[in-house]
Amino acid sequence: MANIMIRQAADGGLVFYLPKRDLEASVSSIEFDSPEKWGGELKLDNGGSYYIEPIARPPRLPISLRAKRLGAAED
Amino acid sequence: MTTLSRAETEALIAEVLEVYPEKAKKDRAKHLAVNDHSVEQSKKCITSNRKSLPGVMTIRGCAYAGSKGVVWGPIKDMVHISHGPVGCGQYSRAGRRNYYVGTTGVDSFGTMNFTSDFQEKDIVFGGDKKLSKLIEEVELLFPLARGISVQSECPIGLIGDDIEAVSKKAAAATGKPVIPVRCEGFRGVSQSLGHHIANDAIRDWVLDQRDGQEFAATPYDVAIIGDYNIGGDAWASRILLEEMGLRVVAQWSGDGTLAEMMNTPKVKLNLLHCYRSMNYISRHMEEKYGIPWMEYNFFGPTKIIESLRNIAAFFDDRIKEGAERVIARYQPMVDEITAKYKPRLAGKKVMLYVGGLRPRHVIGAYEDLGMEVIGTGYEFAHNDDYDRTMKEMGDATLLYDDVTGFELEEFVKRLKPDLVGSGIKEKYIFQKMGIPLRQMHSWDYSGPYHGYDGFAIFARDMDIALSNPVWSKLVPPWQQGVVAEAQKAA
Ligand code: SF4
Repeated sequence: MANIMIRQAADGGLVFYLPKRDLEASVSSIEFDSPEKWGGELKLDNGGSYYIEPIARPPRLPISLRAKRLGAAED
Repeated sequence: MTTLSRAETEALIAEVLEVYPEKAKKDRAKHLAVNDHSVEQSKKCITSNRKSLPGVMTIRGCAYAGSKGVVWGPIKDMVHISHGPVGCGQYSRAGRRNYYVGTTGVDSFGTMNFTSDFQEKDIVFGGDKKLSKLIEEVELLFPLARGISVQSECPIGLIGDDIEAVSKKAAAATGKPVIPVRCEGFRGVSQSLGHHIANDAIRDWVLDQRDGQEFAATPYDVAIIGDYNIGGDAWASRILLEEMGLRVVAQWSGDGTLAEMMNTPKVKLNLLHCYRSMNYISRHMEEKYGIPWMEYNFFGPTKIIESLRNIAAFFDDRIKEGAERVIARYQPMVDEITAKYKPRLAGKKVMLYVGGLRPRHVIGAYEDLGMEVIGTGYEFAHNDDYDRTMKEMGDATLLYDDVTGFELEEFVKRLKPDLVGSGIKEKYIFQKMGIPLRQMHSWDYSGPYHGYDGFAIFARDMDIALSNPVWSKLVPPWQQGVVAEAQKAA
């Protein structure tokens, strides 16, 4: 489990940030994206993927969450 | 002065790497790249923020340097204790030229060195007692200090001193913030982790101190984050923001104060100049206080104009008009500078190797003078820095991460730039090779380089470096014929 932060990108998408490794990446897909259920598997544009426990859509971004790494980015 | 094609630049990298043993070669190859605009993510072509190879000459600093030297040091109304042996603080004392207003030794302490001067017995028996005594003495001698930060040097972490406990006690006794910072030099691969640790310490010990307190806010409050006022940079930036109608509540950390840091959560927008060293705290404030942040660049008129407009876009028409007013007001000055220096500097090629933000931020300023940056690299960048750099640099230019002394020399020998922008350790090597060098860390004891006023000085300094008559006198007269013949033969 790692602490991560999700931000709103200027272009309307989401940005994933992993402070521990200073890794910033765009979220290319999010499994659940409705007001009641938000989160699940996040696919990143760098090839990595993370899982966050689905929650109600946060009223305000950025938000810090705990995430589990599913697939590492190749590096 | 040569422009290489992509294949030639790749060949150059391969050639330079040739001298290394197999394993080192493989490792270093990942840190050198040819810029390619078609690559979206820098990690596909360049690796960064990795441990330097043992045995090579690296130009990096340590975590203590990142925290004490960069982030905390410039906070002028605090006493920053270099906790540990005397050298770390003394040999870096006042080296960064963070200007400030105040009376040193009375209400400001920026250029002073405070240290616990560890001796053998402190290593053996622990230095906590010494630290609390030191804090008492500071309080007695410098009653106007607003707070104290304890910047750990390597031994503190090694011997396991409990500086947090000492700090808490001292803070209770003095009634002033005493902030322990765990920035021992051995943490991380470069000064970069020191920035992060320093940011975290600010987050944990400073930022929330005035939460819920009364503050006379205006809709135009901003904070300058990540400007260290080197040679007066932050001042040259601040006047532009104020001229367009904004109110600068805090300056981090050049010419900054503890009170300014505590007030920052009240601003409407954080303006981030050095992304690398202070993005952490900006991200934190965005989450906790809902303060948006944006990166800006005040090097050279093109970027200044772009940044002023981007900043104004966050505010109402009054500020937008203000920005246009500022741009119009300084345009004649810009025209005058470019008319004077562009003909002298146009077409000259530059190679950079610095830290933080400059390897990408100053590119625009050089281009405004008609110069071209043909190679750039960072001491301690991460991938997000290279993402941003690749867009700024020309296609097929050279990128080098944590370059070694050998590699940089070889690249310069082959690419033959007209000017190198790097630090003091590189300066005399290249100048003896006959290539002018400007120190781009300390502005070579000049500055400011930010803002319109800074651009005037920047242009003049580059001209001074390049037009110095000494460069044509490197070969003594009695050898000139010999050299010319040798060149003809080659
Ligand atoms: S690495 Fe350690 S000993 Fe060296 S300057 Fe940094 S803190 Fe001091």
